[in-house]
Amino acid sequence: MSLVLNEEQVFLKDSAKKFASEKTPTTHFRKVRDSEIENCYDDKIWQEMVSLGWTGILVPEEFGGSNFGVAGISSILEELGRTLTPSPLFSTAVVGVSLIKHASDDVKKEILSQVVQEGLRLSFAIEESNHHDPLRISCEAKKEGNNFIISGEKSFVIDGGFADKVIIACRTSGEEGVKDGLSLFVLDADAKGLNIMPTKMVDSRNAANMKLDNVEVSSDMLIGKEGNAYEIIESVLDISRAAISAEMLGSALQAYEITLDYLKEREQFGSKIGSFQALQHRAAVMFSELELCKSCVIESITSFDEGGNDSERLASLSKAKVGEVFHLISNESVQMHGGIGVTDEYDIGLYLKRARVAEQIFGDSNFHKNRYAELTGY
Amino acid sequence: MENLDQFRKETKEWLEENCPPEMRKPMGPGDVVWGGRNCKFPHPDAKLWLERMGEKGWTCPTWPKEYGGGGLSFDENKILQEELMAIKARPALSSFGIWMLGPALLEFASEEQKKKYIPEIVKGEIRWCQGYSEPGSGSDLASLKTKAEDNGDHFVVNGQKVWTSYADDCDMIFTLVRTGPQEPKHDGISFLLIDMDQPGVTTKPIKLISGKSPFCETFFDNAIVPKENLVSELNKGWNVAKRLLQHERNMIAGMGLGGAGSAKKKKDQIISSGMATMAKTYVGEDEGKLANPGLRQKIASFDINSHAFSLTMKRASEESKSSNSGPSPASSMFKYYGSESNKLRYELMLEAMGTKALGWEGEGFGPAELAITREWLRTKANSIEGGTSEVQLNIIAKRVLDLPQ
Repeated sequence: MSLVLNEEQVFLKDSAKKFASEKTPTTHFRKVRDSEIENCYDDKIWQEMVSLGWTGILVPEEFGGSNFGVAGISSILEELGRTLTPSPLFSTAVVGVSLIKHASDDVKKEILSQVVQEGLRLSFAIEESNHHDPLRISCEAKKEGNNFIISGEKSFVIDGGFADKVIIACRTSGEEGVKDGLSLFVLDADAKGLNIMPTKMVDSRNAANMKLDNVEVSSDMLIGKEGNAYEIIESVLDISRAAISAEMLGSALQAYEITLDYLKEREQFGSKIGSFQALQHRAAVMFSELELCKSCVIESITSFDEGGNDSERLASLSKAKVGEVFHLISNESVQMHGGIGVTDEYDIGLYLKRARVAEQIFGDSNFHKNRYAELTGY
Repeated sequence: MENLDQFRKETKEWLEENCPPEMRKPMGPGDVVWGGRNCKFPHPDAKLWLERMGEKGWTCPTWPKEYGGGGLSFDENKILQEELMAIKARPALSSFGIWMLGPALLEFASEEQKKKYIPEIVKGEIRWCQGYSEPGSGSDLASLKTKAEDNGDHFVVNGQKVWTSYADDCDMIFTLVRTGPQEPKHDGISFLLIDMDQPGVTTKPIKLISGKSPFCETFFDNAIVPKENLVSELNKGWNVAKRLLQHERNMIAGMGLGGAGSAKKKKDQIISSGMATMAKTYVGEDEGKLANPGLRQKIASFDINSHAFSLTMKRASEESKSSNSGPSPASSMFKYYGSESNKLRYELMLEAMGTKALGWEGEGFGPAELAITREWLRTKANSIEGGTSEVQLNIIAKRVLDLPQ
């Protein structure tokens, strides 16, 4: 694992930075939010991301991708996180693609090429409660001939409201809480019996609740082996946790920089408020915490591509640490802005809202502290 | 790359041949070798080990060869440290000369001064202490009053320093003195090297809450200091002082290392947390989990921060490798985080051990337990010495974040 980015990753990061500042500054986010666009992102922007090759970064070259790795896509997400760029890039190019990579060659060929070329949108339906728990799955798939019949409910499916394909985690055997018996299937979003209810979250992005009522799917659409999906799920979740940590880091850095600028310009009592020690010390603590976050993220996102064997623990390290620090910064930023911090006109409140949703994605800090302790033998 | 492989091979062989067996055993508290005119060696092998390492310059591996240092590159030093760790070799020499004074001399001293003082530090011949703080000048260090007056070919020094670590065992003291009483406070300070072996210099140990006396008061009563012992220009000592403080802060920051993340994971090896393992022996476990959930959560937070901190130290070193810039105002971040983290480490140990960590002496407590009690008290100074945590946060706010005055 390296603690500095290589040239390729720096190039991707720079192009994403340019993209975000030119095409999707926070004014873009506001425009989408305040429009009638239901899916909470701009299709034109999505297609531009596709044409830049971003959906193919985790896709092997034989299926049309560039295989630039987790560190590559995460570097892009970090920059997009700075401007709160809304898009299904994370759910499709990170989570979805990583899952499909474990499917049969036919499924890979069909789906991955469409993701790379046309921007086919993927989503992952795993959660069934209001807290992340990859073992708490009771959604059931019963085998019938060459097909499976799936019934159950899912919640907080990120970008699930408007995806083209839904990858669903369910049980082909075993009961809630056990690792054995978990299976993954690829469903068409318009499959019969699949009822998708989009939810607009506090960060103005879409997630979805889903109800499955005897949805029929061919066993060809099974990812991995029947009943043995737990390891695939965990490994994909770890990649996704590292990548979303990078996006959160970008948002936290931006919220912090906006606040620092404000401390340098706002005057009260005849002085710049940034000259007050009560605020200086808090700003300095946040600076230190962000430096720690940068190290966790880079170590974690490079661990997958470099074949490290501590990726699980590093993913939990990142998600726990960045989650906690983004939480702190989102609160402190609003406070340090004073009254205007709670107005819709200023961007800083947008970061607070995004922070809380992102913190929940694939495990909050409490979840990952616990997991880190377990992986460390206590 | 080929050269580095060759270097590793040679280093391995040299260490195998030259590191005495006794020096590969774990160190006890009294086993640190500090060097100096009256150096105490815990074992004859310690003397041999220091001589061999000093001869090669490997007590200061990256310092220039012309002054007796090892002359190693960043990558070569990394290899040396890895190989030393691999055989569990004890440090041949620990000293404030290595950690603080030497780097500042290499940057600011004259050629003659470097030729005289650097080799002595490398070989551990002279033991140095630091004369910075005074009774009236703690966080406001630049208000110091100890004065040095020009008396022809020498200075006459009068005043008092405090928190001079191990001054009663040291040979020389690097000292901040006032030479320009009329100048603004930062512009009237000089950096002097003072021999303590003279009637004008006396020391008195200070007893701390831990019961130990690692620090002293040092008194200057018409102490004589030759002019050639002035480092940098007259009244320009504050620049040297600040730089040296950055080195000191990096040193103290290193105390914050350790914990679950700092060990490099080898293939299939399971990393354990030293803190959690220790806590389990005092509070027990429940199906592999630390039995006290509140404590478990706190230790997990501590381990995560400690892991993140050690990665950040590594990242800073990787980044400075290319720029070769040495420590920066960001070293205040490491000082702040490292010392706060070390204090927390001991608070958590106390929490895990309960009353077992509260013994002072006598029966009923193991030696390791008694040592933890004392060390817990010692750590309270971590966030005070080398500039308080609050001073570090001030430096970050002003020098790194550029917030208004």
